[in-house]
Amino acid sequence: MFIYEKKLQYPVRVSNKDVRMAKAVLNQYGGADGEASASMNYLTQRFSMPLNETKGLLTDIGTEELGHMEMVATLFKKLIQGATRDELIAAGMGGYYANHETCPFLLDSDGVPWSAKYTQAKGDPVADLYNDMAAEQKARATYEGLIVLTDDPLVKDTLRWLREREIVHFQRFGEGLRLVEEYASNKRYF
Amino acid sequence: MIRRNNLINEEHLMLLDIQKLEFAIYDLALFLDTHPNDPAALYRHKMLTEQLMQLKHVYEANFGIMSVMGHELGDTWRYIDSPWPWDK
Repeated sequence: MFIYEKKLQYPVRVSNKDVRMAKAVLNQYGGADGEASASMNYLTQRFSMPLNETKGLLTDIGTEELGHMEMVATLFKKLIQGATRDELIAAGMGGYYANHETCPFLLDSDGVPWSAKYTQAKGDPVADLYNDMAAEQKARATYEGLIVLTDDPLVKDTLRWLREREIVHFQRFGEGLRLVEEYASNKRYF
Repeated sequence: MIRRNNLINEEHLMLLDIQKLEFAIYDLALFLDTHPNDPAALYRHKMLTEQLMQLKHVYEANFGIMSVMGHELGDTWRYIDSPWPWDK
């Protein structure tokens, strides 16, 4: 069961609206390597984990990623809120506005809808954990791209914090992988 | 108006303290998932969760519950009325 807590995991602040940045940030919401993909990956894969350590890890990181979806959606909303018609059109967000107004939607920056194809669950813990480590590195790289795209120190602060979490998760998944490999080498389960 | 601003500020600062504590606890939890017998991490987790429970109790009594599992002590459901995270 999941219980909502009415607060963000880390504050999200912006100095000014910035529609172009809102568009770029959408990648981390509904993009291939975004927070929705991460959360759905981990919360699904946990059902085939052989160890309690990795069941816990995937549950807890998958839950944290739900909180990151909320942070990214909040960042999007704050960046696009109050934009004028000309600003929306100039940023290439006219079509988006016609469809969703200023509501965050599960698309990447090019308008490609989120898909379960972005997730993996092989039922094999070694394959899944390698996949998850790669996913964290891809998300880190995306955050680094986003940090380059803005001069707003408040937006950079939120993005840097999210980037840092990818590194922590990568570390923990690596430890989880080591535990699973030790377990597999002691027990032939195929 | 000044009183109202002070209240908003007080709420903001207390929420920030809760966010800090919860972040530390969550990060320790991830570490404990892969190091379940680490005594230092277990001890820190225990100390911080105690602090968090106390602080949350004070926050929820003053500003309304932050989750539907909290106990609303007032006579109105303040949960919906405090600002939502994306509206702050």
